[in-house]
Amino acid sequence: MQENRSPIMDRIAEANKAATTGIDAKDIKDWITIYIMGKAYTVPADLTILTAMEYAGYKFVRGVGCRQGFCGACATVFRKKGDYKLQTGMACQTRAEDGMYLVQIPFSPAEKAEYDITKEPYEASVFIKYYPEVTRCVSCNTCTKACPQDLEVMDYIQAAIRGAFDSLSEVSFDCIQCGLCAIRCPAEIVQYNVAQLGRRMYGRYGQGVPEHLRKRVKEIAEGKFKQDMEKIIKCSTEELRKIYTEREKEPE
Amino acid sequence: MTTTKTETPKLTGTENIKIPYYPGCTLKTTAKNFENSAVAAARALGIELLEIPRWNCCGTVFSLTDDDLIHHVASVRNFIRVQEMNDYGLVKNENRLVTLCAMCFNTLKSTNLRVKNNAEDLKKINDLMYREENYGGKVEVLHFLELLKSLGFEKIRDRVKKPLKGLKIAPYYGCMILRPQEIGIDDPEDPTIQRDLLLSLGADSVDTPYKRVCCGSYQTVKEKNIVAELAYDILSHARKEGAEAMATVCPLCAFNLDHRQKEVKASHSDFEEIPVFYVTQLMAIAFALENECYGFDQNYVDPRPLLASKSLIK
Repeated sequence: MQENRSPIMDRIAEANKAATTGIDAKDIKDWITIYIMGKAYTVPADLTILTAMEYAGYKFVRGVGCRQGFCGACATVFRKKGDYKLQTGMACQTRAEDGMYLVQIPFSPAEKAEYDITKEPYEASVFIKYYPEVTRCVSCNTCTKACPQDLEVMDYIQAAIRGAFDSLSEVSFDCIQCGLCAIRCPAEIVQYNVAQLGRRMYGRYGQGVPEHLRKRVKEIAEGKFKQDMEKIIKCSTEELRKIYTEREKEPE
Repeated sequence: MTTTKTETPKLTGTENIKIPYYPGCTLKTTAKNFENSAVAAARALGIELLEIPRWNCCGTVFSLTDDDLIHHVASVRNFIRVQEMNDYGLVKNENRLVTLCAMCFNTLKSTNLRVKNNAEDLKKINDLMYREENYGGKVEVLHFLELLKSLGFEKIRDRVKKPLKGLKIAPYYGCMILRPQEIGIDDPEDPTIQRDLLLSLGADSVDTPYKRVCCGSYQTVKEKNIVAELAYDILSHARKEGAEAMATVCPLCAFNLDHRQKEVKASHSDFEEIPVFYVTQLMAIAFALENECYGFDQNYVDPRPLLASKSLIK
């Protein structure tokens, strides 16, 4: 994509840092038409859905976050021109295309159970108790197709049903909780909340306390850093600044 | 998967057989004793039950509705996983898929039959799963009992180290491995496959006409008492015929016959508790496998006093 881009596209890309400012409209040669909630807008080509919407005049108060594909706030549902498939993605990571129909899903109204993991048994029954709809899964895999993180969503729901906390945690680890799986699921399962319950249980009961952490806590309790701490407390601001600047850093 | 260390016996022609195995959710939760004992017993016979990777729910209860294809997707997806095991070399030209749970067996085999006989249904299901490779209809769904029968009960007798001498067991079949006839593994009216297995283990098999009477199935969720009444008939009849315990291969039957004895006792003062085994637990005992695979803690009626009285366990 990058290599084939015309110079004007590079200028547009540069301007995308703030889509509504930067380049003059008369300098833009490539335009596309997108339909935001059914209304047509002509926007420069090569923008993400998010910046294209901002170009069209939308101002996001919710439904936007990190703009880097990490936070899961800008879930979008769209159809491409001539394609019957309903598709999903993060608005900040998906390129707007000519003829695209789209809408933002800033929030998914999902069931979120309240529980105390210290009072629950480390068994599959915890999922049945708080999210009984997991057993309605027909293995259609629609959730997996909807996931912008390319997670095997259905696989982790199946892992929940059989109480495989380890595999659930591993498969769902990169979930950004955008909610698109839950919006698409014909069985009305709230996959991401199920996964969170599973990871919490696994963290508490499945993984155990790591040895290095146990060791360090013990060292602290025994006063390993007591002297250093007392030294720091007595430092002046200037001395503190010096210590901070010259501190040992992790390699980048 | 929980594994149990067992010695590998020398059995001509049966070493290192690796067969795709479908567990199902119950075998991983309330019927771990069924899985652990079966996997260990199979290993003792030189058969490695290889859990299929990324398996999903069987679909639980075969949908009889004509146009309800979505409820067959789950089963077919599992068949694709068996194909993948062959593609990736986990097994070699092995299209058999072995199940333990009678319900999973029934659902998987019924679905397989339907899509094998109906190309249009299969195409629709394959199209829906466009991200997967197509299912080619080659998988053969097998119940563990059928696998044992094909191995030959004589071979099983050869492996027995501690014959279940004097132990009187009434085999109970339920419906799921017998009906409908097109997928059943035995005569639906007079099944004998568990009897043959029990005899090869050295036990006495007690025949009762109640061996194929419904256990009440999922009524157990909302109508405990219906199930308790059926269990009372099935169990007390077996007792009357001289049985000291029951044997089954269905986790739902096992639950209804074993755990519902609590309700049976409450409504029938004359009722005497009777242990309910998975037949594979009995295999593990007869093969003298290590104790961990027995899993008697998950049985409601503790079978250990009975086994101890026959000097089969300490």
